[in-house]
Amino acid sequence: MIDRKLLADHNLTLEEYERIVSLVGREPNITELGIFSLMWSEHCSYKSSKAFLKKLPTKGKYVIQGPGENAGIIDIGGGLAVVFKIESHNHPSFIEPFQGAATGIGGILRDIFTMGARPIALLDSLRFGPLDKPRNRAIMDGVVAGISSYGNSIGVPTVGGEVYFDDCYSKNPLVNVFCLGLVEKDKIFYAKAEGVGNPVLYVGSKTGRDGIHGATMASAEFGKETEQKRPNVQVGDPFKEKLLLEACLEVMDKGLIVGIQDMGAAGLTCSTAEMPAKSGTGISINLDLVPQREEGMTPYEIMLSESQERMLLVAKKENVTEVQKIFAKWDLDAVDIGEVTAGRNLRVSFRGETVVDVPVDAVVNLCPVYRRPSRKPAYLRTVQKLDLPPLAGDLGAALLKVIASPTLADKEWVFRQYDHMVQTNTALLPGADAAVLRVKGQKRALAMTLDGNALYCYLDPRVGGAIAVAEACRNLACVGARPIGVTNCLNFGNPEKPEIMWQFKKIIEGMAEACRTFEIPVTGGNVSFYNDTEGVSIRPTPVLGIVGLIVDVDRLVGPGFKKVNDAVVLLGENSEELGASEYLRAIYSLERGRPPGIDLDREKSVQEVCIQAIARSLVRSAHDLSEGGLAVGTAEACILDHMQIGCAIDLEDKIRPDALLFGEAQSRILLSASETRLPKLLDLAAEKGVPAKVIGRTGGKELVIRQNGQEVVRLPVHRLFKAWKNALPGTLSIR
Amino acid sequence: MKFGVVIFPGSNCDYDTFFVLKNVLRQEALFLWHKDHDLQGVDCVVLPGGFSYGDYLRSGAIARFSPLMQEVREFADRGGLVLGICNGFQVLLELGLLPGAMLRNKNLKFLCQYVHLRIDNPETRFTRRTRRGQILRIPIAHFDGHYFSPPETLRDLEEHGQVVFRYVDEKGEPTEAANVNGSAGSIAGLINRRGNVLGMMPHPERASEALLGSEDGRLIFESLVQP
Amino acid sequence: MRVRILVSFKESVLDPQGQTVKNALLTLGYGFVKDVRQGKVFEIALDGITEEQARRAIPEIADKVLANPIIEKFTWEILTEKKKV
Repeated sequence: MIDRKLLADHNLTLEEYERIVSLVGREPNITELGIFSLMWSEHCSYKSSKAFLKKLPTKGKYVIQGPGENAGIIDIGGGLAVVFKIESHNHPSFIEPFQGAATGIGGILRDIFTMGARPIALLDSLRFGPLDKPRNRAIMDGVVAGISSYGNSIGVPTVGGEVYFDDCYSKNPLVNVFCLGLVEKDKIFYAKAEGVGNPVLYVGSKTGRDGIHGATMASAEFGKETEQKRPNVQVGDPFKEKLLLEACLEVMDKGLIVGIQDMGAAGLTCSTAEMPAKSGTGISINLDLVPQREEGMTPYEIMLSESQERMLLVAKKENVTEVQKIFAKWDLDAVDIGEVTAGRNLRVSFRGETVVDVPVDAVVNLCPVYRRPSRKPAYLRTVQKLDLPPLAGDLGAALLKVIASPTLADKEWVFRQYDHMVQTNTALLPGADAAVLRVKGQKRALAMTLDGNALYCYLDPRVGGAIAVAEACRNLACVGARPIGVTNCLNFGNPEKPEIMWQFKKIIEGMAEACRTFEIPVTGGNVSFYNDTEGVSIRPTPVLGIVGLIVDVDRLVGPGFKKVNDAVVLLGENSEELGASEYLRAIYSLERGRPPGIDLDREKSVQEVCIQAIARSLVRSAHDLSEGGLAVGTAEACILDHMQIGCAIDLEDKIRPDALLFGEAQSRILLSASETRLPKLLDLAAEKGVPAKVIGRTGGKELVIRQNGQEVVRLPVHRLFKAWKNALPGTLSIR
Repeated sequence: MKFGVVIFPGSNCDYDTFFVLKNVLRQEALFLWHKDHDLQGVDCVVLPGGFSYGDYLRSGAIARFSPLMQEVREFADRGGLVLGICNGFQVLLELGLLPGAMLRNKNLKFLCQYVHLRIDNPETRFTRRTRRGQILRIPIAHFDGHYFSPPETLRDLEEHGQVVFRYVDEKGEPTEAANVNGSAGSIAGLINRRGNVLGMMPHPERASEALLGSEDGRLIFESLVQP
Repeated sequence: MRVRILVSFKESVLDPQGQTVKNALLTLGYGFVKDVRQGKVFEIALDGITEEQARRAIPEIADKVLANPIIEKFTWEILTEKKKV
């Protein structure tokens, strides 16, 4: 009879255990139990999310690889493809911020180069608690330093991302990392273990006792004993990973291997199980041959270790010497530890004995899929009600406060620590609406962005999910890019709570609808559940990573006004939507109401106008309106270019002034255009049935906003700039 | 002109530099592996930026023992042209081919940003396409860029016109604010007495195409190439 | 045989990391802290050479590789094994 405590320690239910017994045909030994514990954990199996994720559209004309592999792949023409994915490393970053974040970078990089692609860009979405608490400052400091240290060292630029602050993240910071690589279409590699008798090679760092049960840690809530979990966090070695990257790309370029998989979460277990599971084969390895850096490691420890910077390769017998020569050139071991077998089992030997013998299918594919119960949360009834506060007296002062709120303020403190220029592809510096990377030797460029407003998702998950996709696409449209593929990182609380499951379900529904409207496939992603501490959950936080294609990078524009006397044009319409706004939060500490409504078809047309306007050089700048609304968006357009040109805006909408200035109505983009191009721009909008109105003119050194002739804001641009620029450094230097 | 870009384990900017030399300036360029002993007849050796050996121990401290550095030293002694960029500059300092050492940036954080550089010696092989006092906009990206030298060495460098680039503000003044990493004398790049070995912390290869934000860095490569 | 080598900045070199640590300690209430210098410790396990050979090799290793003599100084000692009673 199995020990109940042993099961609990391994995060397995009795039902799951009984299923394992029936699949294996006997009771598993401790090492086999460890293997199932890892592979059937939430993090590795997606058991609570799979059923719902099926709703997301994954097919598309240009999809080379959808969900199911290490990363998704989209054909971008010209014989090239992009490989990209987003991953979370939330729980380790709470325990040890620097190494947690650093190893998160290491992991996502391996997911990309394991497919044969050279990583060319990193983005990160970071969520922390408010900075007035020293613990949150320390976590932010450590996370940014960790990402910086790993990314810079390995020479992949961190070109963009986002940083959000909210109290729900105080004990559950979120670190979601996105990576994109470029590959030649005919040089893509998969996690295949094909060819019976082909040798299995272990390459990279030696195996130690790091991170044993890291995947199970990510599948459980934090409680009071969390602090003691410190030894579970791995220490990254970016130098080793750089050597691994170069060596792997070299053997792949020379066509010397059959399949490759990185050893990330669940280490050797994951790769030795998944590769044969995908190929209809089995695998047999000898642990005595696995390079180890600690003495006396047990089979359990070796199989479950999450030591970093290791890969598993399957090569053709005749190529092994050549492969080993290339790895030796990069000062790395490439050790033959086993072979591909005809059966369908994972067989592991240790000191002459078979210590693991389980069907790979059971381990990888037959974990039960749960349709956990969901229930609309009671809190929604109260929080969706919003009694608008009385109109503030000084909206200019309010603007200064909103633009200096940590989520909206300048993030230079963060991105100055990231090498965002290495590889010389960065066409737009961080701080713009999306990151843009040129493709050497061509006119085309790649754009990418991460987005996800958690407050919207908390107040109305379905709408929040749809807006997350729409906003990311809108950001891409502002650099002239058409979206081609989506990856998503879904960060939620405990899925065993029906309210959380309901949020999850609804957000996916919203995302699915938006993805269908924009005709973009989801190529994969990550689900991070159990972001709770002591029973308190994070807000539902879907982070959307969307990649877009720019046809001619020479037509690129940024968000800031470039010349005086240009027309300021608003695409889209203003409406009275104050709910869920950053304004309510920053000025009144109110987080209520409903998120702004979204008309996905209108959104699509607005974006189309923007993309075409940029392609035809009709505009000099484009900036999307989102958090902070029209006032913040216009202020940003004044300060985001080094010219810092002011503007005068005249609005005629008959809605509350604060809603007009700060409401976050969707589907709006702010453009600036020369007098000569303006008519063509307006024609283009009319053609597409999109409202477009000249609302002002650039010039001067002030931001002036009038509503129906009444002046509501008059501020010197340099004052806005100062408030925006100093907010973060000011808070972070408090000791 | 034939350029050789050295690759150490951990070099990152080797391909970036190669791309500028080969595709932008259309020169002959090849890669030199750190373990080889053959400079393959190049006219100029470039030690590129990156994190050779992960910057472990000290930046450039292990790379300087690479087998190829023997040949590079002899090449420099014969008057051959050597350009060290960022990590490459750090290797040259550790080799002793240039005087001084690098410390951590004064704000103790990695810095990636544009800086203004003033040309204080336009007569070197690396700057003859520039004018004295000209201001270039070129990015830096480093953690250990705080140049240090004992006072006597610093005096020597100034006296012999060995300071080629200095961190300045937009107006050309070497202010404290403009000296973001705290380098002694606001020194961003210097040359040896003989004039054939130059090291600089900023990355000219990142400022050689208009699309990326600045073309000022190209002047350094063009200076080398012009007959 | 085990040797321990301590490498730290020369007096004339500014040590901002040491300063930062000092300020943190003062902030935490350890008012008696006057100064902090940060350095590196290398513990090297040696095999196959005599103590005399080691006494010649270690300063050479320290001077040539472990420390940068322009900015760093070093001290070293051979660690004696504690005798078991």
